[in-house]
Amino acid sequence: MEFITSALENQILLTVLNAALPLLFILPYALVTIYIEMKMAAHMQNRLAYMQTGYHGTLQPFADIVKLLQKEDIIPTAADKFLFILAPYLVFVGTYASFAVLPFSSAYAGSELDLGIFYLVAASSLVVVGILMAGWASNNKWSLFGALRSAAQIVSYEIPAALAILGVVMIAGTMNLQTLTSLQSGGIHEWIIFGGTLPLGHKLALIPFIVVLFVIYLISSMAEVNRTPFDIPEAESELVQGYNTEYSGMKFAIFYLAEYANLFLVSAVAVVLFFGGWASPFGELMSGPLWGTFWFVTKGMLFVCLNIWLRWTLPRMRVDQLMYVSWKVMTPFALLCVIVIGFILVL
Amino acid sequence: MNLYDIIFYFFAVVTVGSAMVVVFSKKIVYSAFALLFTFFGVAGIYVLLNADFLAITQLLVYVGGILVLILFGVMLTTNTVTIDIKSGTMNLIPATIVIALLAGMLGGIFWTSDWFMSKQFGDIVHTTTTTEIGNALITTHVLPFEIASVVLLVAVVGAAMMARRERNN
Repeated sequence: MEFITSALENQILLTVLNAALPLLFILPYALVTIYIEMKMAAHMQNRLAYMQTGYHGTLQPFADIVKLLQKEDIIPTAADKFLFILAPYLVFVGTYASFAVLPFSSAYAGSELDLGIFYLVAASSLVVVGILMAGWASNNKWSLFGALRSAAQIVSYEIPAALAILGVVMIAGTMNLQTLTSLQSGGIHEWIIFGGTLPLGHKLALIPFIVVLFVIYLISSMAEVNRTPFDIPEAESELVQGYNTEYSGMKFAIFYLAEYANLFLVSAVAVVLFFGGWASPFGELMSGPLWGTFWFVTKGMLFVCLNIWLRWTLPRMRVDQLMYVSWKVMTPFALLCVIVIGFILVL
Repeated sequence: MNLYDIIFYFFAVVTVGSAMVVVFSKKIVYSAFALLFTFFGVAGIYVLLNADFLAITQLLVYVGGILVLILFGVMLTTNTVTIDIKSGTMNLIPATIVIALLAGMLGGIFWTSDWFMSKQFGDIVHTTTTTEIGNALITTHVLPFEIASVVLLVAVVGAAMMARRERNN
């Protein structure tokens, strides 16, 4: 016991423990989401998916993990060995770094950084570099093209996403995600999607523009996690598997984990920005640190499921359509919404 | 050696070490990737100096924008299978002169400056610099701000023009 208290007083150890907490969420989350994704996809397409391992295949994700851990770790002879090994870790670090500012409940956020959402946008650029590194180091044309497409897509869609975020920041007047959530904790009518805590007249004027910004953010976030309809970076019919074609075993598992972690991340950001983060929809009722975590994870998982639903419903877009949507549709509309929101807030 | 020192030296080693890789690496892709760690190290030092907004802007602009652009350029020009772009040594004498001048200038600034030393974590005041930067940009420094935005607008229009002309041909 004395050891624990003395260890807790140790600044360095405390920082490390604080930093490791989101990992305790990501690992079980990834297992559950892989299962949900497979089952949802199967039932939408009138299939059964896993049925053999455990009840309705519930043990399948564990079997998959064991399989991935045991697989031979193959590094192609012509690959650039050093960068090939470094790339998956860089991608995961970029994703995990963003988890630092997510407010899981009123009592816990890795860092209550004042620039929270700005930091989050910046940290995702590490992922882009990691993907480019993976594609180049694999020394494979499919991988390289997958990486270039992926990077181009993420960089383009960052702009409408950032503009949507800017709109919310203008309404809330803060970039700190914890403060942003506290502002919305008065119940469902105080969530940013319903105009936040502004007077009624402002709220009614703002709602249409916030909804447009929310849709823009949702579409951009789907593009940023490289999922259908925006999965041309790993379009199987053209590029085999995209930037992670040459990866196998544990390294592939890390890419996979990063991808699912990223999926939760963008969902969680949507939740914090527009749907009150850890705030309970009933105001004071069912609120508190533990309930906060419950609401945060539930809302986040709802958006994850929305992403899965759209992935298995919509067909893939072409490259030119992808760029058209980002630059000629979403960016001008987001810009317009931001300007109008600015005017409404001033009036 | 307290936590502040450890973190400072960590970022200093990352910055200087990776910057040396950028300069000395013969493979241009390695230089580009090492630049990532240089930018990261500099951002870390900005955070230690309590310049949070600057640190994150550094990451966003340099890693998210410029580094990705450099990587695109390198990857689309280098044929990964057959040719490696390598950097060699040339123009030894002019380079030495320029470097000597630069080193002299930096050394002069280093010795004459009155450095503010922040040694403890307690010294870091947890106030955000964003509000002050925002206020300064639209009050006292509004002219440079507007000029910068005009420059950016010109760059965007120019890029659009160049892209369009290519298509007409």
